[in-house]
This record gives sequence, C-alpha cells and structure tokens, in this order.
Amino acid sequence: MIGRDVLGIEDLSRDDIELILETAERMQEIGTREVKKVPTLRGRTLINLFFEPSTRTQTSFEIAGKRLAADVVNFSVSGSSVSKRETLLDTAKTLDAMDPDCVIVRHKVAGVPHRLAEVLEAPVINAGDGAHEHPSQALLDLLTVMEQKGHIEGLTVTIVGDIAHSRVARSNIYGFSRLGAEVRVAGPPTMLPADVESLGVKAYTNLREAIEGVDVVMALRIQMERLAGACFPSVREYAATFGLDRAKLRFAKEDAIVMHPGPVNRGVELAHELADHRPSVILDQVRNGVALRMALLYLVAGRPPAGEVAGEDIAPGSGSAVVAEGGR
Amino acid sequence: MARLLIRNGRVLDPSQDLDAEVDCLIEDGFVAEVGLDLSLEGAEVLDAEGAWVTPGFVDLHAHLREPGQEYKEDLATGGTAAVAGGFTQVACMANTDPVNDDPSVTRYILDRAAKESPAKIRPIAAATRGLEGEVMTEMMALREAGAVAFSDDGATIMDSAVMRRVLEYSTLANVPVVVHAEDCHLRAGGVVNEGPVSTRLGLPGNPAAAEEIVVARDIRLAALSGAHLHVAHVSTAGSVELIRAARQDGLRVTAEVTPHHLTLTDEATTGFDTSTRVAPPLRSRSDVEALRRALADGVIDAIATDHAPHATYEKEVEFTEAPPGMLGLETALAVCLELVREGLLTPIELVRCLSTNPARLFDLEGGSLATGSPADIALVNPDREWTYDPAQGFSKSRNSPWAGRRFTGRVVATVVDGRLVYHHERGVLIR
Repeated sequence: MIGRDVLGIEDLSRDDIELILETAERMQEIGTREVKKVPTLRGRTLINLFFEPSTRTQTSFEIAGKRLAADVVNFSVSGSSVSKRETLLDTAKTLDAMDPDCVIVRHKVAGVPHRLAEVLEAPVINAGDGAHEHPSQALLDLLTVMEQKGHIEGLTVTIVGDIAHSRVARSNIYGFSRLGAEVRVAGPPTMLPADVESLGVKAYTNLREAIEGVDVVMALRIQMERLAGACFPSVREYAATFGLDRAKLRFAKEDAIVMHPGPVNRGVELAHELADHRPSVILDQVRNGVALRMALLYLVAGRPPAGEVAGEDIAPGSGSAVVAEGGR
Repeated sequence: MARLLIRNGRVLDPSQDLDAEVDCLIEDGFVAEVGLDLSLEGAEVLDAEGAWVTPGFVDLHAHLREPGQEYKEDLATGGTAAVAGGFTQVACMANTDPVNDDPSVTRYILDRAAKESPAKIRPIAAATRGLEGEVMTEMMALREAGAVAFSDDGATIMDSAVMRRVLEYSTLANVPVVVHAEDCHLRAGGVVNEGPVSTRLGLPGNPAAAEEIVVARDIRLAALSGAHLHVAHVSTAGSVELIRAARQDGLRVTAEVTPHHLTLTDEATTGFDTSTRVAPPLRSRSDVEALRRALADGVIDAIATDHAPHATYEKEVEFTEAPPGMLGLETALAVCLELVREGLLTPIELVRCLSTNPARLFDLEGGSLATGSPADIALVNPDREWTYDPAQGFSKSRNSPWAGRRFTGRVVATVVDGRLVYHHERGVLIR
C-alpha cells in the first residue's frame, strides 16, 4: 500500500481491508505502553488538510501520526474554494510544494480528496468527503466489531438514521459487505437515498424489523439543525421512532452491540443509558480509531523496506494492491 | 460573379430528400444548382472527395458569453468554434451581462457578430426582465431588433402565471418560447441525476421529476395559450413521453436534445470530473435510450449543443461549486456520428436534426441546399480520425468531457454565404 491513496472502502479489496485490520491490531499495543511512541515515521511530514472542522477525526489522525513519530501539521481551510477565488488545484499545488509524505483530507463536498489525489504527489487519505466516504471510520468500526465478535463474516449489521447524508453509512456498507456481513439500513424514507438497495443492502423504514435478530446496531448522528423540519418533523418524533433504547434493542440478538461514530446526540439517536454503557462500544471505537489510523499511515506513508518498524512484530506491508491510483 | 464549385462529394439535403453524389455550384453567396456536370467556368473548386456536403448546421442553444463574460467566450471565438464544428448559424442564450432583455443588447450582439463571427448569430432574448421570472420583456421590440426566440433558460420561470402570460404574449411576436424545464425547488442543491449513481457518490441528486413537472406544466400552458413551446435539452424518458403525447394532441411543442445527453450517462461523473457537471444532469442509461428513440422517431426534432464555456479555474473547484455546462460546438458532429454508426440514424436523418429541423423550428433561413438558399454548407468526412484537444480548439474555454477523445469523423470545411470560412487543414480563413 506504500504510496497509494486511500479514498474509499469501495475501492478496497477484501485482502486490503484484512491487511489494514491486522496491522491495526498490532498497533493497538503501542497505545498501552508507557512511552506511546515508536520511530517508524520519523522524519515524515503528514498534513491534516481539513476544509471542514472535525476535532475528533483530526485529533485521532494527529495522535496516530505522532505515535509513529511523524511531524503532523494541521492545515485548516474554511469556506469553499469559490469564496476564496482559489481553486482546489491551487491548494493542492501549494501543499505539494511543501513535500509532505501524506495528506489527510476532509471536505464537505464529495469527491474533493479524489480530485486532490490526481494532483498531489503524496498519497491522500480521505478523512471524510461530503456524503460519500469516510474510510478510516468504517475501518475502525470493522476493527471494533472484529474485536467484539471475533469475526465479521456471517454477522448482520443494521445502520440506523440519516443514510442519505452519511459518509459513515456508505463506507460501512462497503466494508461490512466486503467482509461477508449482511448489511441493513433503516430510517425515515426522507433519509434513505434513492435506490439505496443498489448498494447491496436491505432497506427498512420500521426500526423493529430492521434490528430483528441482528448482531450489530449502528446509530448515526443526525444533523438536527439542518434537517429538523425538512427530513423529519421534530427531534421528538425522530427520537421516538428511530432513537434506540434498551426496550427497542431487545429485538436484536441478546449479545448485540451498539455503535455510534460520535458525537452522540444524547436522547435522540441513543438513549442516555445506551450511550454510556454496554452493549455500547462507542469508546472502544474511539480508542481503535487511533490504532487504525496508525496502521493506515504506516501502510501508506512508510517506505519499504521498513528499516525501523513499530514494535517487534510489525512487519512491513505485504504490498498488496490497494485503492485507486496514487499521485502521479 | 463569385462562383464556388463543390465537387465529388455526397450531397445530403434533407429539405429535398436528396442523398446523391452530385456537385454543388454556388454563385454570389447562394446555392445556384445541385447536380452533375455543372459548369466549371470561372469557379473556384473545392474538392469534397470522401465527404458529405450538407446544409450548414444550426445550433438552437449556445452560450456565447458576450457581452460581459468575455473571459469564457466571445462572439469571435464562439463563432469560430461554431464553424469549426460545421455550424453556420448559432442561437445564443440571453444570460449575458447585461442580460439580453433589451433591444439595445440584441443589437449590440448582432453588430459585434457581424464584425467578429464567421457564423451567423441569432440572439435569443430573455422572456422576463433580468431573467427574474417576473416582468415580461418587450417581445415585439426584441423581435424587431433580431431576437429569434425568448427564453430565461437556466433561470426557469417558476411562477406558472408568469409563464402563462409569457407564452400568451409570445404569440403576438410569433416566435417560440424556449423552456429549460427544471423545478428549482425540487432540484434543490442537486448536481447529478438522482439514482444509484448519486447514492453511490454521495452527491446531491436532481430527480428526473424536477424536469418532468415543468415539461408537463408548460405543455398545459402551451395548450392554454396556443403558443409555440420549445423544450430545451430534454433529458429524461418521462419528458419524452409528455412531449410525445402533446404532439399527438396537436400542440405546438417542439424539442431539442444535446449530444451529451444522447451519449453519456451519469456514470461519467464517477471520477468527480467537473466537466461532467451540466444542467440538466447526465441521466441514466434508460433515459439515454429513450432520448435516442425519440430522436429517431421524430418526437425530438433537433440536436442542440448547449455549448456552455467556463474558465478552467471556475471548474477546478468542488463538484457542487462548479458552474454547470460543457463545450459542444466543436464536438457535436463527431459525437453524434456515433448514432449513425450504431444504425439509429441515417446520415441524412442526422443532418436533418442538426440543420434542416432546427432552422425550421426558429423560422431561420438555411437548413437547405435548394436553389436560392444561402450557401451555408458543412463538409463532413465521416471516416477521418482525429483526437479532440480543447487546448487546440477555437473556444476560449476547455471544459469538455471529451478532452483527449479519439473520434472517427469530423467537419473538414465550412462555407458561409458562399465563402470558405473554415478548412480543417488551413484553419480559419475568414473572420
């Protein structure tokens, strides 16, 4: 994977995903050490290029980079390129001239990381583009489920909420499907995108049917400010119809786990008691996010052969073909 | 007397149902005779060996950006791109700056075009002042100044009462009203066709219904008013069925389709290439098939380019921020030859859609090689291979999804009023 872009789960093979998850499992140990730092990416420069604010994802990538001893630079840009009279390609070329080893891109419009990747020499990791993909989130979700269930193959996963506007939903649909899980989506019809079943999922508008007998329930954050009154009549009605609580969760498997990409609208997508306690694994997701992003950075921005490896048993990436074409 | 003899070509003239290997003699800017063994005396000779000789193409829908947005295109570059694509007449949309909603702007465009453009320019005036959808323009004065149709194009008139009055009043001027059918509220922020592709890409979808609602409304208003409604760039199967029914009901409803809607689907947007952002959006495979059938069976009358130049820097932005539109004048013929090779259209049927029909729809001269017609002629070599490079083209802009595409068939020469204005080896000859 060295030098390759990670733009979306749709572009990843099962082998790619498994390599990333295996690498992340080995990275988890580093976070438990007293000195949480290995020299793997020493001397490498990573740029967090965030066109929309996301404290959590940006911090997670930053910590991941720092644990691998990389220099991490945060580059925040607000507003669209049109409002600044600067094109995206101008931005990309400016960054490229600073010779980064990896650029992590977040943007509110789908496709921006893909366009930047065509211009940037450095590999690009998509940290979320519009309602399109959020590959590191889906990978950390896979890692968390793997940790909890021991396998992905054969599980049934239901994603609940605003599927239409969710990059987390799309990346998880691709990721869980590729590893052999059955994926369902559920939400009000106004939040299910057109022809959603063309993504290979079953769509439900009844929450109980959607979570009947499933292993994993993933609630999505709804954008209350933007969507209340447009896609659902009120927060109260949404919470009553699609919010998860212990009573509704009884329809899922007894050992079902509850996930959420955060931050949680308490009492909306998830009842308080679910947000804080088992079977929710929300903090495991956050913890795994760092290890997973370390793995991604290592696989993408490391240089073969890895002279300095992170921990004794972390081998260099097996070099399996990954993702879309890298920078040219 | 200036004489030009076009020899050895295959003359395709839909206006006379003529498809024959004959010569074409031009005298003083008009077609004098089409036939065999024409007198060479005193004539300049243009050898059309291996080429079709057709009436010059007529584009009912282009954005030539002058006045006001000359950084994208102007009447010289747009008119040159036109003749390089075989178009001898181009109707240009009113969304200039200032808007072509006043006879002074119409006259300015015509004056500039007469000096600068090798193609004949036919301004379409705004239907409402400032394209604001509220107060109708002075249609009689605009027609007098040279406007050939009225349209607010992309600023679809959403108030049905205003649209009704525009259509009613247009019957006084007796020119068509052109509608870009799109309900802006239903479209909302949609930038790609709503369906599996928009869902996969996570880009806001624009449903087919946003177009069909307005097509249906305007057909009812055309029935109410008796006006000539011309539907611009039809893009959905549902619109085709509405137009088909309207014509069966005997209404004066005509329609155009673009080369891109006939040949590209929403899958072209998969790489987020902003040159594929266009309004209406590229649609599904089944829509494309319906459009092709409609063109072949005559429900859609004409092919129009919707040539919409934008500066490169305007397109190198987020997909949702990129202005919609793509170049069309220099590639239309080459793109549409695909329809001939696939057997959808015969060569003469393609020429009818590019020339004879559009001329008739807007009541323009041309579209014919009958004796006495203006000698506006395109020479097409249907077999010649070439690669399209917008940077080498005549338009000022480069926003084309066909950049780098290898085409079979091209326009090799264009004649306007009897003068050779473009030759593919010699370039632009007269400006």
